[in-house]
Amino acid sequence: MSRVGGPALVRGPARRRTSVAVLARWWRGGAATLVFLLPMLLVFGLFSWWPIARTVVMSVQDTNLVGPAEWVGLDNFRTVLADPLLPVALRNTAVFAGIAFVVGYPVPLVMAVVFSSLRRLRGLYAGLAYLPVVVPPAVAVLLWKTFYDASPDGVFNTVLGWVGLGPVPWLESASWVLPSLVMEATWAAAGGTVIIYLAALTSVPQELYDAASADGAGVLGKIWHVTLPHLRPVLLITLILQIIGTAQVFLEPYLFTGGGPSHASLTLLLLIYEYAFGSTTGGGAYGPATALSLMMAVGLALLSWAYFRLTRGWSD
Amino acid sequence: MAGEVGGTPTQDTLRSPIALWPNGPDLSILSQAWTELGLSSYLVNTVIIAAGSWAVQVLVATTAGYALSVLRPRLGRVLYGAVLATMFVPIVLLLVPLYLTVLSLPVVHWSLVGTYAGAFLPAGASAFNVVLMKRFFDSLPREILDAARIDGAGPYRLFWSVVLPMSRPVLGVVSVFAVLAAWKDFIWPLIVLPDPAKQPIAVRLPSIAPATDLSVLLAAMAISAALPIVFFLLFQRLFLRSEGLEGAVKG
Repeated sequence: MSRVGGPALVRGPARRRTSVAVLARWWRGGAATLVFLLPMLLVFGLFSWWPIARTVVMSVQDTNLVGPAEWVGLDNFRTVLADPLLPVALRNTAVFAGIAFVVGYPVPLVMAVVFSSLRRLRGLYAGLAYLPVVVPPAVAVLLWKTFYDASPDGVFNTVLGWVGLGPVPWLESASWVLPSLVMEATWAAAGGTVIIYLAALTSVPQELYDAASADGAGVLGKIWHVTLPHLRPVLLITLILQIIGTAQVFLEPYLFTGGGPSHASLTLLLLIYEYAFGSTTGGGAYGPATALSLMMAVGLALLSWAYFRLTRGWSD
Repeated sequence: MAGEVGGTPTQDTLRSPIALWPNGPDLSILSQAWTELGLSSYLVNTVIIAAGSWAVQVLVATTAGYALSVLRPRLGRVLYGAVLATMFVPIVLLLVPLYLTVLSLPVVHWSLVGTYAGAFLPAGASAFNVVLMKRFFDSLPREILDAARIDGAGPYRLFWSVVLPMSRPVLGVVSVFAVLAAWKDFIWPLIVLPDPAKQPIAVRLPSIAPATDLSVLLAAMAISAALPIVFFLLFQRLFLRSEGLEGAVKG
C-alpha cells in the first residue's frame, strides 16, 4: 500500500485529481470497463434478466419444447384459475403463512430478547440458535421426519407420552401436517432472524433501561416500553420478509409429504413445480407454471407495496 | 443434532430414540454409510458445485462492484438499478424460465442441463453480492486509488494489486455464504441434474432414504451436515456479524 501511496504524495497532480482525472481515466479505460462489466452482463443477463423477461412472454405461450411456442393469449391463466387444486394450494399456503406468523414469528424475537438479557454466554446461545441455519435443509427434513414418526415410539410421541399426551399423527393427518411443517421451518430459520434482532438490540442505549427502571418498570415493562419500540423498524421488515418467504414454501411439503395427505400440504410453489416438473401429472405444463408464478409474483409485489404504504408511518 | 445420533445401530435407535448413545458410539456405522451409499462421489459432486458457485459469485461480484464503484461507466447507474431490481423478484418467478433458459441458452442453444455448470452458474446472479461489493469498494479511500493511478496503474493493475488485496473482509463474507448456500441448495440442483451420479449429497439423500437402514441414513446425514457445521464453527464471528449486516442491507 505504501509503495503505491508514497510517490503520489511527492508528485503534484495527485491533489488536483477529481473530475478531470476521473473523466480521462473513464475514456481511456473504456475497453477495460467493458471487460470488467462482462461477467455481470453475461451472468445476470442469462440467468436473471432474460428469464424474468421470458416469464412474461411464456405465460401467454404454449411451450412444449418440441415445436415452436404458440401464442395462446390468456389460456394458461384460465387453465390455472380453473384448476380445482388452485384454491386448495392457496388455502394451504395461507394457512402455513398464518401459523408461521402466529407461532413462528415471535420465536426469534423471544430468543433474542432473552439472549440479550444474559450476562454471560450470549455468544454461545446465539451460535446454538444459528446452527440449524447451516444444516442443509434436505438433511434437516430427513432428521425431523424420523422425529415425526407417528407411532408411539417416535421421538416426539415418546416425549409427549411422558406427560400423558399423544401419540400425534404428525405428518399423516390433514389437520396436523401444516403445523408440523411450520414447526420444522421455524426451527430451521429462526437463527438467522435472532442474529438480526441481536444486532439491532446492541444499539439500545443502556440509559433508556436505567431510566425505565428508575420509573419503576419491571422486566416486561422494559421490554414493552424500550426494547420493542426500538426494534419496530426491524420487526416490520422481518415480518414482510417472512410473509414473502412463507408464501413460497416448497422444500418442507416437497420433502416431508409430497403435498399429502390428500393434498393437505399442497402449496402454491409445489403446484408450480408439479405443473412444470411433476411426476404425477407428467410435468411439461410450462405455460400454466409460469402463469401461476407470474400471478404469485404480482400478488406478492402488491402485498409488499400495500404493506409498506400501510406501515410507512409506524417505523419511527 | 444429526452429529449426535450418527453412531447408533438401528435397533437401539428404534428402541430408545431419545438416548444419544444407547450402546456407546459405534463409529463403524460412519464408514459403513460412506462405502455402502457411495457417499464419496456425491460429496465430490457437492464440492465441485460449491467451488464453481464460489468462483462465479466472487468473479461477478468483484468485477461488477469494481466497474460500478471505481470505473463508473456512463450507464453504471442504470445497470446497478437493473441488478437491484432482481432483488425484489421472488425466486419462484424464475424457476421454470430459468430451467428452460439453461436447457437451451439464448443464441448459442447449448444445454447446460445435466452439467455442473448448469447447477452453479446461475448462483452468480446474486444482487446481494454485487451490492455488498460495490458498497465496500465505495468505502475504500479514494486517495489510495488515485495515488495508484498517478503511479501509472491501469484499470487491471488497480483491480488486481490494489482493490482486491484491500477487500479481504468482504471477500470472506461473500465466499463463506457462497459455499454454504451451494452446500444447502436443493431444488435447483434437483431440477438441473437429473442424473443421480452427478447430484450433490443434499439432493441424493432424500431419494435414497426410503431404501436405507435408518442408522446408516443417520450416519450419512451426519456426514453431509458435518462440513457446513465445521465451517460455521470456524467462521462463527463472520456468520453472527454478517447476518446482521444482511438485515441492514435488506432494510
